Amino acid sequence: MSFFTVDGISLQFGGLKAVDAVSFSVEKGEIFTIIGPNGAGKTSIFNLISRLYNPTSGKLFFEGRDITDVPPHQIAKLGIARTFQNIELFENATMLANLLVGRHCHATTQMWQEMLFLPSVRRAERDHRRKVEEVIEFLDLQAYRDKLIAGLPYGVRKVIEVARALCSEPKLILLDEPSSGLNVEETDDMSFWIRDIRSELGITVLMVEHDMTLVNRVSDRVLALNYGKVLASGTPSEVQAHPDVIAAYLGA
Amino acid sequence: MRFVFKTDYDQDIRILKHSGYWWSYGVLLAALIAAPFLLESYLQSQLVFVFIYAIVGVALMILTGFTGQASLGHAAFLAIGAYTAGFLQSLGVPFIVYFPVAAVLTGLVGALVGFPALRLQGIYLVIATIAFAFIVEEILARWESVTHGNEGMRVRALDLVGMPVPRDSSAFYFLCLLVLVGAILLALNLLRSPTGRAFVAIRDSETAGKSMGIDLAAYKVKSFAISAAITGMAGVLFAHKMTFISPEMFTLLLSIEFIMVIIIGGAFGVHGAILGAIFMVMVDPFLTALKDDVPVLAASIASSFGMAEDAAKQLQEKFSKIGSAAGLKGAIYGLIIMMFILFEPYGLYGRWLKVKLFFQLFPLYKRATFKRQKTYVKSERNR
Repeated sequence: MSFFTVDGISLQFGGLKAVDAVSFSVEKGEIFTIIGPNGAGKTSIFNLISRLYNPTSGKLFFEGRDITDVPPHQIAKLGIARTFQNIELFENATMLANLLVGRHCHATTQMWQEMLFLPSVRRAERDHRRKVEEVIEFLDLQAYRDKLIAGLPYGVRKVIEVARALCSEPKLILLDEPSSGLNVEETDDMSFWIRDIRSELGITVLMVEHDMTLVNRVSDRVLALNYGKVLASGTPSEVQAHPDVIAAYLGA
Repeated sequence: MRFVFKTDYDQDIRILKHSGYWWSYGVLLAALIAAPFLLESYLQSQLVFVFIYAIVGVALMILTGFTGQASLGHAAFLAIGAYTAGFLQSLGVPFIVYFPVAAVLTGLVGALVGFPALRLQGIYLVIATIAFAFIVEEILARWESVTHGNEGMRVRALDLVGMPVPRDSSAFYFLCLLVLVGAILLALNLLRSPTGRAFVAIRDSETAGKSMGIDLAAYKVKSFAISAAITGMAGVLFAHKMTFISPEMFTLLLSIEFIMVIIIGGAFGVHGAILGAIFMVMVDPFLTALKDDVPVLAASIASSFGMAEDAAKQLQEKFSKIGSAAGLKGAIYGLIIMMFILFEPYGLYGRWLKVKLFFQLFPLYKRATFKRQKTYVKSERNR
């Protein structure tokens, strides 16, 4: 069985089929990209995977385990982290606090222990902090530790979202349009980081992306969607040459 | 301006970040310990009320300031704490038992209120908590075998392991101070550990919190329970301070006073709860003084401008009639809240931070430093 499998998943909002019997599987250590025009159902698939939506039909498997009925807050613990297309950071908290929330799924201390701040809590906090520091180092975020998110520029926030996802030490990371709103230089950085996430941290990447240069540069495999249906899948060049994909983008 | 050079993770974990904190909070604590020996009994009594309001403020800060769940039902939690103390004391249960029992019981009720609150947001949650407060008020009035109904209930002086602690004694003052410091430490400890960060995450983005592994339901209930339990403790102290409790003391107006504590203080930090409590306790005697002085003042100004004696007297009566009109206090409170939300949404503590920064940066402070900016990047929420 594959590392991560989506098996015939559908999502229906009333009469609208946002996702229509989509199946694909991602192998361990792969960078897998989903492309498609606006409204094709890409983000809906992400929301299905992170269990914010319940699928109308179909199943999700992660490491051979059926995760279709796992409640959303347990997904992170299984090793799936995500970022959001429209940044969903905790605005009125410092970057450090944001990243530490990313460690939440590894929290072991009980609330009563935390109220008294027992030595065990202090030890756990130091460990969380060490892990967070590794991520800060990895993504070059040293300058922003104690800054409030509300005062940071868009490009930095985008990177912090990736950092927060990495803090949960995932096995699979879902990046929802990592380059949207970034300038050329920042997009370059992002493409290096995405490859580093795979090669240095050994995390499988599943992403949604519009910027075809970035897609071509980093993806191993691409899946094209339109109106919730799979158009084509394969290597980036195969998908781009596929007549249905060209028709969907250019109209024919 | 101080720049803290960090070489150790513990520097971020510590509550007192650097030596300046030790000095300022040390001096404050020393002043509070010396206060009962220096102040007259009226001011000491006012300080006790500040402590009790501040304990409720800290509780509400956890729920509203950090978790983002508004509540207009905290007077009811205070009442549950107070009545538990009064009832158990009348059965002969000692203070060291009924104090924690009141906290636990109120915490449990808080958790029960938290459950229906899981599905409610914003104004609907406020309405639900008001409804809860009314239910509690009604139960207190009707359950006469326990609460003596509308007649109210006498609460005997506090008895701390054989040592009587009357309401005006300095021992009672220190007890309240101790509970307040305990509540503050508890809140700060929570805030620097996973639970507190989960609260803040729920406040700022439920969707992201969920995907980061935060069980929204569990943490909202926890937040309600902790907040209620701390308020329950304040309720026990309140009962002993008042020596008499009756249902009409725990009305909606009291809940509004508690919400005002955190709005006026600044709903983003524990400091705000303390400053707000000082403001709220001090505003009442101030308003009373105004009620007595303004009519006389108006009359004397009018007569010094040549108004006839009779007319001036009529004016004075008119003013005092306005001053004693029913509901005026609520209207003034409403006005104060609106002014703060419009002109200083970060409250007294926010203003203090600005003043502090002015002196830290002097002479480089710019007017634009705190200009509120519009944010154009607003995310849609998957609710």
